[in-house]
Amino acid sequence: MANKDDIKFLSNPKIGQNRKKYCRFRKFGIKHIDYKDAEFLLQFINEQGKILPRRITGNSLKYQRKVATAIKRARHLGLLPYVADMLK
Amino acid sequence: MCLNPMKHYEVTFIVDPVLQAEDIKAAAQTYIDMLKNKGCTIVNIEEMGLRQLAYAINKRHSGAYYCIEYTAETGGIIAEMELAMRRDDRVLRFLAITLDKYGVKYNDDKRKGLIGGKKAKADKARAEKAAEKAAEETLAAEKAAE
Repeated sequence: MANKDDIKFLSNPKIGQNRKKYCRFRKFGIKHIDYKDAEFLLQFINEQGKILPRRITGNSLKYQRKVATAIKRARHLGLLPYVADMLK
Repeated sequence: MCLNPMKHYEVTFIVDPVLQAEDIKAAAQTYIDMLKNKGCTIVNIEEMGLRQLAYAINKRHSGAYYCIEYTAETGGIIAEMELAMRRDDRVLRFLAITLDKYGVKYNDDKRKGLIGGKKAKADKARAEKAAEKAAEETLAAEKAAE
């Protein structure tokens, strides 16, 4: 008879367990979001250049607003595109 | 922060890259002088250099970025400067903002090299190591010369 330890999983058992999302600004204590740091802001936009929703990034409302402002400022200054295709 | 009545402001602008290097510098200098003449204190001037624009502005695809952080007692200077920039052909775009206390701290830390994560820190460490090595080499060279 096969022991419990002998049973090999056919698929990764961690698949399907959804990890809890968190706000990285709250967790790491980031208080200010720089609009000149386009590379950092790239994490919060999709490949069309649209701002990702909170339900995907996990940002808290306070920081989502700040992220949105920073992205809009970066767009105005030509650091990020308003519309793009295959940005990433 | 309330002890300090001077507010921090920041203005970022893009200068036309077609101009000569001296003309680009002169364009930035006019605004620095303008701020100084109005009694503002310049905290920091960051030359971000020639960068590719994400989209064409006035048919230009790149631009020379400048960022000036300054303190002023009143915000009256901002409207004046914005008007001057709007009338200036050399400036493609500009953005003037007020920094909150976190923004001031962020810029301060950035100048000290505290911000930037592992990559920037690694770069800094590498630069320091290179400097040490260079110093050692010069020492060795001096000893060899003796």
